[in-house]
Amino acid sequence: MILRRPFFCIIVGTAILLALTPLRGNNVSLREDLILIAVAIILASNLNLMIGYTGYVNFGHIVFYGLGGYVGLYLATVRGWSLVLAALTAGLTVSLCAFLLGLAILRLRGAYFALATIGVLQAVQAFVSNFDPWGRSTGMYLSFDAYRPLGGPMRALWITYYLIIAVMALSMILSLAIKNSKFGLGLFAIREDEDAAIVLGVNVTVYKAVIYSLSAFLPAVAGALMFYKNGMIDPSIAFEYMLSLEGIVMLMLGGQGSVMGAALGGGLYEKLRASLLTSPTLSNFHLVIAGALLLLVVLLAPGGLIGWLYRLLPRARKVIE
Amino acid sequence: MNPILDVRGVTKRFGGILAVADVSFSIAEGEILGLIGPNGAGKTTLFNLVNGVHKMDNGDIIFAGENISGRSPCKLVHLGLARTHQIVKPLNELTLLDNATVGACFGRQYLSMRAARSVAMEVLQRVGLGDRAQLPARSLTIAGKKRLEVARALAASPKLLLLDEVLAGLNPTEIAEMIRLVSQIREGGVSILMIEHLMQAIMSLSDRIVVLNLGRKLAEGRPEEVVHNPSVIEAYLGEPDIVDKLARTRE
Repeated sequence: MILRRPFFCIIVGTAILLALTPLRGNNVSLREDLILIAVAIILASNLNLMIGYTGYVNFGHIVFYGLGGYVGLYLATVRGWSLVLAALTAGLTVSLCAFLLGLAILRLRGAYFALATIGVLQAVQAFVSNFDPWGRSTGMYLSFDAYRPLGGPMRALWITYYLIIAVMALSMILSLAIKNSKFGLGLFAIREDEDAAIVLGVNVTVYKAVIYSLSAFLPAVAGALMFYKNGMIDPSIAFEYMLSLEGIVMLMLGGQGSVMGAALGGGLYEKLRASLLTSPTLSNFHLVIAGALLLLVVLLAPGGLIGWLYRLLPRARKVIE
Repeated sequence: MNPILDVRGVTKRFGGILAVADVSFSIAEGEILGLIGPNGAGKTTLFNLVNGVHKMDNGDIIFAGENISGRSPCKLVHLGLARTHQIVKPLNELTLLDNATVGACFGRQYLSMRAARSVAMEVLQRVGLGDRAQLPARSLTIAGKKRLEVARALAASPKLLLLDEVLAGLNPTEIAEMIRLVSQIREGGVSILMIEHLMQAIMSLSDRIVVLNLGRKLAEGRPEEVVHNPSVIEAYLGEPDIVDKLARTRE
């Protein structure tokens, strides 16, 4: 049972700790830092399902986050749905789209699949930029009234923070559950040798489409929550190509294929990015540093931070999954 | 007795090349059928047709009373048709135990993880890899990887096992072990279709032999009949005196 695994308790404990920390002294700036870290962890964890577990590099993972944001914001403002319902519906809608899309593009392998995912990102961005109900390239704005059902903007921000932390914990729990399941074993087989997996009886077409669609769900929910919190969305911030690439850097940094690795990479990278972006001298160089970091990791520690930890402490494998 | 596998008039073209041409044969339950022929005769293509990796252009394949023509390989595993690969395909970063567990999880019995683990351990012990169960598959030698292929296929608890050159690249001791393993598998009630270049092995293991040449079936029969068949000698064995050599190894 997953509930009895020590790592499950670590995830839940960390989430509770994160949820409580900014409460002390009503530390709003810490909360804003943590929310970005949580989003990075959500993106990296779910990207890990594709790259780390299944071996399919998705360059356009951010498309799920952006689309989720659009669907969620549209439902919450134009249709007047409650936040949680809008976010869940956004997740389900995007997941369904991903499933159908996955059946088509997951016939491609390796570099061809990676290219197709870039195409998907570009196509969706172009579509949304011209889609009238979603405000074309100017996007959508939230009026202050939208926060009223949650008790005003102040409370709404705190509530979205807790929801994001919950989605972060769910992302890690999902990764953990898949890793220890038969479904996960099938994915690992696909990653190692897809042709062998087919001959061993894994229904790879369905498995790949299901994992592609699962990896879309929580990022879409997170997108809906985040853009609701920010109060606005437009195509250039919803489908930020750089963030998609940085997701891959996060995974490499932390260690792909590992639940902890993805979370660690996501959290640390976001922290680093934040301090670089706010530093007056280095703010223009954050991508240069990200690139250098990626190079160093690939050359010196191909298993990422977690691979390095496993080498130092082989027994850690049992606890930190 | 009903045949476990009945191949009827199977044909496969790759562009202008006729890889397998109108081949028919059948395997009885519990039988070992050897498939031999010179390089490029279409043996592996025939394997790929039987387990659904390639779609055939013509013909029918009946497995355990069911027409399986055009089914995907993963469905066939669930029916009880497992195979090994000539060029081994280990799941490198997974442990041997995980490799075999994949076979058991997605095999004929479609076991749960827990049940699959114990089946996997059992088959690893059967092929002599039990003590290395926790090592990654990439750490194995070629002989080990061949055994792992067999273990993975066995974990699926097949009714029919397709063995594609499991002896190639092994040293004499390993060959003897593998031959013993194959006969044990047959004693366990599994029918076997095997491709093999190593004549002495296939002669001693097979109940019957089918000879392919240039995609066509050249001969079929008991091992000693086949090696004395003049067209086989001409097409496949070449030099006439090899018959005596083979007869000696059979004794």
